[in-house]
Amino acid sequence: MLPKLFFGYFAAMITILSLLVVTRKNLVHGIMWMLLLFVHIGGLYLFLNAEFVAAIQIIVYAGAILVLFLFVVLLLNVKEEFKGRRFISSWQGRGFAAAALLLGIMLALQYAVIAPQGKYSIEYIQSETHTKVLGTVLFNEYVFPFMILALVLFVPMIAAVVLAVKRRKA
Amino acid sequence: MDFVITLAIIVIKIAVVFGAVLFHVAYATYFERKIIGRMQARYGPMEVGPHGLLQPFADMIKLFFKEDIAPASADRPLFYIAPAIVVISAMTALSVLPFFDRFVIADIDIGLLFLLVITSLSVYGIVIAGWASNSKYSFLGGLRSAAQLISYEIAMGLSLVGVMLMAGSLNLSDIVRAQHQHPLGMFAFPQFLGFFVFVVAAFAETNRAPFDLPEAESELVAGYFTEYSGFRFAFFFLGEYVAMLTMSAVAALCFLGGWTIPMFMTNAMPFLSYVPGIIWFLVKVYAFMFFYYWIRATLPRYRYDQLMAIGWKVLMPLAFVNVLITAFAKRWL
Repeated sequence: MLPKLFFGYFAAMITILSLLVVTRKNLVHGIMWMLLLFVHIGGLYLFLNAEFVAAIQIIVYAGAILVLFLFVVLLLNVKEEFKGRRFISSWQGRGFAAAALLLGIMLALQYAVIAPQGKYSIEYIQSETHTKVLGTVLFNEYVFPFMILALVLFVPMIAAVVLAVKRRKA
Repeated sequence: MDFVITLAIIVIKIAVVFGAVLFHVAYATYFERKIIGRMQARYGPMEVGPHGLLQPFADMIKLFFKEDIAPASADRPLFYIAPAIVVISAMTALSVLPFFDRFVIADIDIGLLFLLVITSLSVYGIVIAGWASNSKYSFLGGLRSAAQLISYEIAMGLSLVGVMLMAGSLNLSDIVRAQHQHPLGMFAFPQFLGFFVFVVAAFAETNRAPFDLPEAESELVAGYFTEYSGFRFAFFFLGEYVAMLTMSAVAALCFLGGWTIPMFMTNAMPFLSYVPGIIWFLVKVYAFMFFYYWIRATLPRYRYDQLMAIGWKVLMPLAFVNVLITAFAKRWL
């Protein structure tokens, strides 16, 4: 009963907070609701016994990425909502898109299979500590995808540096 | 029944830690004024009580009876929430600190990561305070602080990676025990690079001199809390000092051996092992706090570009080198 209540609370709050984030006129308020949203997502990870992922979720998303969002909003000083022509103005079109997306997710869920459990039971993870288990799996079984991800993240960084560096006049 | 007893123990622990930390914050301000006064060849507070010992209480009473003012054009909800974020994030960090053997409110496996989580959230209190005040001084202070905190957070996190590698754990109690097992007794010796990076980053993270640009009084009046008065101002003050004490405690736990002293010292002088662990812990915390004041009285404030250069071009590479050396040493030595 208690786990269900817990999950229900986090699921409901995540939905409500996401709606609050996208409907706020004031961008700074939107970002503050998003902070609360990220904390709730972190709570959901904790609820899954994944304390390392929960901590990383908050450090990376709430502590770094969201601060940069806030920084950009503050520096650009966007007080007014951006008013431009909407690409799709009819509510029917938006409704149809939302319904199609929902249908797609429902269909995808039909084909979902529960992954094989392997040796990583909750007891095993608790005795080994989550951080250690995660590190062992990540750097042994999935080291190649990990390296590729590192490269994928490294390339845009080079691009950003190239864009940002001022060219010296010859 | 067991549940009630466990809960009661936790509540009592929280009350003890809370009371002790508030007392320490009150006297940290007093000793800061006294020590800096002595370093500048003057007395510091002398009027309230003998040697000004009751000065913190006088300050507290004054702050609580002051009028609480909010600027007319401020963003009210965020203006009121910001000081609360600062205090709550500073206080939450205390919950994972082991003050002596087996005395810790929440003995979690990811204690060190939890501290980094909390420091990364405390930025919001400062940035939001700066923005919601709707004043140019506060706003600039908030922006500076945001940039400074996210820059130095990386260096601080990396400097602690060396400690994590050496201890093989993220649990703060385990880190202290690992240091006790180590022949040198303190990670500050093998991790001297990491310790240096940590100390500099800790000064920047708590907005203290020589990195106190967010509240540079000669340029920004008081930075992000310019528009605050009364007990909301006191909240920022409290948050800053609790953060300083937390940083000192983290330095003591991760680098200076926490509540233990090196084995070679107890072997040479066996009577030292009868001293309770909390004394050693407090001695280390006080020494680090004294270091904070000493630096504040000694060094002038850095310029903004110097601050960024130190963070990104000196501390971060140093921390990376430290992580690499520690990892190789751990693997092959």
